[in-house]
Amino acid sequence: MTPTDSTSTDSTSTDSTPNDSTPNEAGTGASAAVIELTDVRKTYRSGLFEVAALRGVDLSIQEGEYVAITGPSGSGKSTLMHILGCLDVPTSGLYRLAGEDVGGMSEDQLAEVRNRRIGFVFQQFNLLPSMTAWRNVELPLCYAGGPRAERRQRAVDALADVGLADRVEHRPAELSGGQQQRVAVARALVTNPSLILADEPTGNLDSASTEDVLALFRRLHDAGRTIVLITHEAEVAAAADRVLQVRDGVVTADSGQAARALRTVRA
Amino acid sequence: MSWAEIIRTGLEAVRSHRLRSGLTMLGILIGVAAVILTVGLGEGAQDKVRGQINALGSNLLIVAPGSTTTNGVRGGFGSASTLTRADAGALTSHVVAPDIRAVAPTTSRSAALTAGSSSWTTSVVGTMPDWLSVRARAIGTGRFISGEDVAGHAAVTVLAATTAEELFGARDPVGQSVTVSGVPMTVIGTLTAAGSSASTNEDDQAIVPITTAADRITGGAGRDSVQNIYLEATSGHTLSAAYQEADYELLARHRITTPTAADFSITSQQSILSTATSVDRTLTVLLAGVAGISLLVGGIGVMNIMLVSVTERIREIGLRKALGASPRVIRRQFLVEASVLGLAGGLLGTALGLAGAAILPSLISDPISISPTATVGSIVIAVAIGVVFGVYPATRAARLAPIEALRSD
Repeated sequence: MTPTDSTSTDSTSTDSTPNDSTPNEAGTGASAAVIELTDVRKTYRSGLFEVAALRGVDLSIQEGEYVAITGPSGSGKSTLMHILGCLDVPTSGLYRLAGEDVGGMSEDQLAEVRNRRIGFVFQQFNLLPSMTAWRNVELPLCYAGGPRAERRQRAVDALADVGLADRVEHRPAELSGGQQQRVAVARALVTNPSLILADEPTGNLDSASTEDVLALFRRLHDAGRTIVLITHEAEVAAAADRVLQVRDGVVTADSGQAARALRTVRA
Repeated sequence: MSWAEIIRTGLEAVRSHRLRSGLTMLGILIGVAAVILTVGLGEGAQDKVRGQINALGSNLLIVAPGSTTTNGVRGGFGSASTLTRADAGALTSHVVAPDIRAVAPTTSRSAALTAGSSSWTTSVVGTMPDWLSVRARAIGTGRFISGEDVAGHAAVTVLAATTAEELFGARDPVGQSVTVSGVPMTVIGTLTAAGSSASTNEDDQAIVPITTAADRITGGAGRDSVQNIYLEATSGHTLSAAYQEADYELLARHRITTPTAADFSITSQQSILSTATSVDRTLTVLLAGVAGISLLVGGIGVMNIMLVSVTERIREIGLRKALGASPRVIRRQFLVEASVLGLAGGLLGTALGLAGAAILPSLISDPISISPTATVGSIVIAVAIGVVFGVYPATRAARLAPIEALRSD
């Protein structure tokens, strides 16, 4: 769901509220959950109406999982993605990202969490056209700080990781769509985040590039990365190990729970 | 993110929109150059006037004849010839005026000078030997008029540099004969040039003994009156004492009991200077004000462009926020961009102003003195304008919610 003309009351008010909830590691030490949502709700105010985009989502994603969140447009999967990505905060409910309670964090703290914990891949690639590939990949490291030489090395390594070692000095306009998206994946990887969050990463790609990028995700998953993929395409969702169906602001189906239930029965 | 990093990012953004940045800078540039040039022109004009007045001499008081009352109508200052050689003579007394070192009464009249085949019209000044020291002039060749020349009504003249050159060219005029208003006279000396800051007619005059001028050139009823009496005080500290002594003596001699009814006026160099420069200063302030307004308009241009820039780069801002830029970092990035525009405009404007100051004087024959205060001040103001007018756009950018920013297509 995309409430284009609505404003989120929460995302603007977090700026002024002092952070009184320090990250609480208790109770999360046992499980290696990267994401833990407990009864998360999100309400947008649109004029006189309140639009409930999320109506109580409970969700747990473990380290190393490859999860696809899918659903028709307007289902609330974009809102869910924004909350998972700390781009927005829930109206109510609890969200722990790698054990840290994200609710009630200030804008500055959220920025830091995004920088440290999350690697974003967008549908539109969102590369800065004036910068070369490695400078684009370096960008999150710039916000984290650190010596320039080391940042460049890490950016170049990340580009090599996605198979673009020979495109380091190219600008986005000199790269194909698939290559641009791989630069974006390299940028998501470079900070070594807890979570890679991909929002319709194949939405602007042809089928060959789509397979390319999906193969890249598969490889990253095999290397132990936690990946959450938001898509409305069934074929893309099928590439993930676990598929969550979102409809009308709630999770209606979770292939992972079934699998886990099965594992529990077997044990 | 460190400041160095933020500045690098800001510079990159300015560089990647060359045309737009250039046009934005142009507003500031023109404003700064205008401020530097107008202030420079004003200062130049003031320096010129100050130079001319200082070139008159030092510790100088000038007595000018005052108004006359004819049939109950008071004429303006200078309309009468109330000062006489006897007035000047009285002021030379060390008893009457102990603080006056030297006195030089002058009469002046335009006359034609002829030497051989060359002829030149200039002002013929009749005066006393003290004129040389009172007016701080120097003899180039020959000698100045002496007390004997004055007493003997000698037919001798001393030529200023330009006059000597016009009449005699490269030849040495001393000992030559020159006809002044039909009276043959002998050139006994020449004056050195008065200096570049003096007004040009200081170097174009012929000096004759005041008695000779009264007899042979002025003649008639006004022969004993003088146009000005130049007084030199013994030092800068005794200037006001000298003023009072001269005032008192002249009032007494002219039998005037109320000082407001005086038929003469005494002015000091300082009062001439302040009158002359205050007009220039008013004009300078006015012009600099207009230039300052153009600087302000340039600043509004910076704000305008920065607002456009924020709107245009809304996706970039959203992306940077998603990648971990805090609102503070975003605000600083845009502030740095605005200040870079201000600073670059200021520096280029200064360069243009200095270039203008180097070239313009040869075109308009007015001196321009570059004021370091105005130069540094306008650069500082240019940067300040960038910062001040950048605050609002930068704050807008910093406040953008990342999802709103990322959503816009």
